[in-house]
Amino acid sequence: METYMLEVQDLRTKYVTRFRENVYAVDGVSLKIKEGKSIGIAGESGCGKSTLALSLMGYYFPPLHYISGDIIIDGKNISKLKPDTIRKRILGKEIAYIPQAAMNALNPTQKIIRFIEDVIHAHHPDATKKDIYDIACERFEILGLPRSVLEKHAVELSGGMKQRTVIAISTILSPKVLIADEPSSALDVTSQKMVIKMLRELMEKEYIKVMIFITHELPLLYNVTDDILVMYAGQIVESGTAKQMVFDPLHPYSKGLMGSIIVPEEGVRDHQLTAIPGTPPSLKNPPKGCRFAPRCPYAAPVCSSMEVPDIELPNGRHYRCLMSERKIREV
Amino acid sequence: MSELGASCLSGRGVTKVFGIGKTVTVAVDHVDFDFREGQIISIVGESGSGKTTFSKMLLGLISMTEGEISFQGKPRVLKTCAQKRKYWKDIQAIFQDPFASYNSFRKVDSVLLDCINMRDGKALPQKKKEEMMTEACSFVNLKYEELTNKYPFELSGGQMQRLMIARIFLLKPKILLADEPTSMVDACSRATILDMLLKLRSEVNMTIIFITHDIGLAYYVSDQVYIMEHGKFVERGNAENVILHPQAEYTKRLISDVPKIYGNWDLTTV
Amino acid sequence: MNTIRQVFRSAKFVTGFVIFIAIILLTILFPLFITYDPLDVVGNGNFYPPGTYISQKDTIKANPYELRIALKQSNVGDSLKTDELDKIKEWLTQYGGMGKSEVQDADAESLIVMWTDKYNPSKRFRGMLASEQKYYKRLNQKLTELLTDKDIIIAEQDENNELKEKSKVKSSDFVNLKEISNKRTLVLGTDNFGRDVLRELVSATTTSLRIGLIAGVVATAIGLTLGLLAGYLGGFIDDLILFITNLFTVIPSFVLLILISYSVGQKQRGVGLVALIIGITSWTWTTRAVRSQVISLRNRDHVNLSKLSGHSSFKIIMTDILPYIASYVVMAFILQVSSGILSEAQLSMLGLGPATTSTATLGLMMNWAMLYSAHLNGSWWAYFPVLFMIAMISFSLNLMNTGLDQVFNPQLRD
Repeated sequence: METYMLEVQDLRTKYVTRFRENVYAVDGVSLKIKEGKSIGIAGESGCGKSTLALSLMGYYFPPLHYISGDIIIDGKNISKLKPDTIRKRILGKEIAYIPQAAMNALNPTQKIIRFIEDVIHAHHPDATKKDIYDIACERFEILGLPRSVLEKHAVELSGGMKQRTVIAISTILSPKVLIADEPSSALDVTSQKMVIKMLRELMEKEYIKVMIFITHELPLLYNVTDDILVMYAGQIVESGTAKQMVFDPLHPYSKGLMGSIIVPEEGVRDHQLTAIPGTPPSLKNPPKGCRFAPRCPYAAPVCSSMEVPDIELPNGRHYRCLMSERKIREV
Repeated sequence: MSELGASCLSGRGVTKVFGIGKTVTVAVDHVDFDFREGQIISIVGESGSGKTTFSKMLLGLISMTEGEISFQGKPRVLKTCAQKRKYWKDIQAIFQDPFASYNSFRKVDSVLLDCINMRDGKALPQKKKEEMMTEACSFVNLKYEELTNKYPFELSGGQMQRLMIARIFLLKPKILLADEPTSMVDACSRATILDMLLKLRSEVNMTIIFITHDIGLAYYVSDQVYIMEHGKFVERGNAENVILHPQAEYTKRLISDVPKIYGNWDLTTV
Repeated sequence: MNTIRQVFRSAKFVTGFVIFIAIILLTILFPLFITYDPLDVVGNGNFYPPGTYISQKDTIKANPYELRIALKQSNVGDSLKTDELDKIKEWLTQYGGMGKSEVQDADAESLIVMWTDKYNPSKRFRGMLASEQKYYKRLNQKLTELLTDKDIIIAEQDENNELKEKSKVKSSDFVNLKEISNKRTLVLGTDNFGRDVLRELVSATTTSLRIGLIAGVVATAIGLTLGLLAGYLGGFIDDLILFITNLFTVIPSFVLLILISYSVGQKQRGVGLVALIIGITSWTWTTRAVRSQVISLRNRDHVNLSKLSGHSSFKIIMTDILPYIASYVVMAFILQVSSGILSEAQLSMLGLGPATTSTATLGLMMNWAMLYSAHLNGSWWAYFPVLFMIAMISFSLNLMNTGLDQVFNPQLRD
């Protein structure tokens, strides 16, 4: 029996809108990540990938509500814990979360070292200032951030530097799981590269055991994570290694997604971009059967009536389509 | 068309300065350019490089601090409303954010109706107008019947942006300025929109000025590429040359920092 | 439509709206049922307290009923003043030989019982002053008079100047209130001129609301026009309008109000003019707010697109800018109405309000009550209801405003 660092079983969560409608943004997601692995979640906006990131923390507050499923980190099920327990015991220590606008979360009137003190004190109340300073210095230096940042205020730092500082602060307690939701999308390409480099370093130095990286930019995902999961309408429709997913997608939706990649590299100009017609379904009452069927060019009548199972291939890939692997490659 | 056509839009010493006194920001700093007819020209720059200011000056939405712009070889004069209105028949734009491009209090088809009225179609019978709008909508794979009596918030971002292309289809301008038309829509819709823009160009034969921060996109669509940094063009030329064999330091850095999938993305260079 | 539905989901807005509609309904319906002139002088004196007033004559003419209600002592007790009761207590302890504790806590009735038991007018006490002696005698006289069951005879003089008994009122006579034709309930009493405060209050509320409305419309119209022009056109016009606005902002508008109110003269200063003056001194805030909103809107893409579609500036302002700030303008308007009513009250308190005696405004009512020192002689009914009405109007308007704010700016929602 293999052990997984993070295991998610059939997680379902929903949003309740102001008009008391239920939006099933995460609808039966299961995933398993081994220690030292990183996964990326790709999908169009509104497919539920950011909700998944929030749900994985186990910290639910309105309008997000938990329905069912388990989140097991290193053998410990956190999905049934009280929000208060999650906040005090889990966040920061077991799971760290970095949203897109994380850099705006720094209170401009405080020095960076104060935030680190706050984080460490929350879990180790008797740590001295000197100890904390030493820990912070060491960690910052390893991650390639200048030591002087600690004594600065957030306003003195550039956007990219702020984002990297936030990542360093959130991972100071070496959490097991890091969830990064579009951490570099608001940055210019150079800062983006620095953020990516830092995340890779965190993985390599084993400060974090598992990383979940969420973005809609596929070339980025390809370069950051070991595995890629494609999400559509609250479900994971396909998963596999980054290379498999980008160069050999199976699910018709993944094919469309990968066909829209544009990079400034030789030969790209001759590619025909693929486009997927139509719009994603509303998550208020998702369609029966395959959720992609209304937009799928290969859809058969049975697709929109039969629940599609998750198919596992011998090489460990998963996909959610009624067509066989051979048929997919033929069409 | 591959040979350099006649000059379509050119400028010398075009400058825009914001603010007065000590707090001056030079958004666009004495740039020269020469856009040829029938080409797709990309202007690539990161946020804050002044590319949006530059595009607004091309459109004549804001005034220049210095310099002059020539349209079809003749100096462009935009003093009166009539002159502006005449100029805007020849140059049109698609903006970055489709959600902000619509007046949320008007029905979406009114945007198309405005275009017909602008192309001297005010006196046309209602039936003819509807026909024209239906044609424009079907060009971008939208159904006119489904759009009538709808407000912008009832459409998706991709649909809105396609309707913007339908608008250009009706107006048939000589120049289209596309200011990051795909940055706010999803990857899949992006391909659709690019396809449509290219289809539109082959149909109407117009010059497209493509403003973007995505160097990969610029490489994919354009004939000519202008790289902008701090209000100046640091490199310009044929897309293949500029992207595959960059000369300027800035361009080199920009290209090396974009994630690759075929080659190796070198993380050690930062 | 959706927005309106949302607005009516906001608890704050609905509360404010209900209060405001109740006030307006009061001003509309009340005059329909109570038709007499609001400024009719009903009382011949200052500040009659609230209560039901019945004609004494009618009580005599009405059909008398004999009811067996023990009214002697309790009645007498009521008609004695506290100092008289104190005197009785003093006498009882000093001369009547009663214990201090017995007397101290006794009520008026038992005191009178004790007094009638102990007091003997012919008995003299040593050490008592003659004046005191006389006082007690008078007091006793009064008490015996009050305690007697004698009937009251109502007599009439005939031609020969002789008194002739007309009717008799027995002490056990009662009158049914329903049989009295002349009665008037003055719920809030009368004011210094003897006018019915409630009726006056309702008509004053109508006038004040009208003043607020005129002031609000004038201020919003000026503020909106200038704000739109300054914000959209920019350049020299913006500078000019901003200069004028700053000028009006720096000069305290209240001083300006006082000066204008004063300079137009006592005679011309009617309700409409005061409303107009308030309006043209309070638009600056709206101008600034509208201007900044328009500046942020005029660079929006949909405005650019409208320009590219060849629309005129006027059309762009009307269709692309005005709808976006409409909610804001409505909120500003509500605040202007509320502040207009308050300004009128302030002005009138200082005696610079409408110079009129033919209509009442809330401010004027306050002014009158103050001039006749209602607050000093405890006539609360002359000013407290007015205060309450002003408070309720501005409370409801501000509540509506907060409610709207929460609907239009979702970040403020809790």
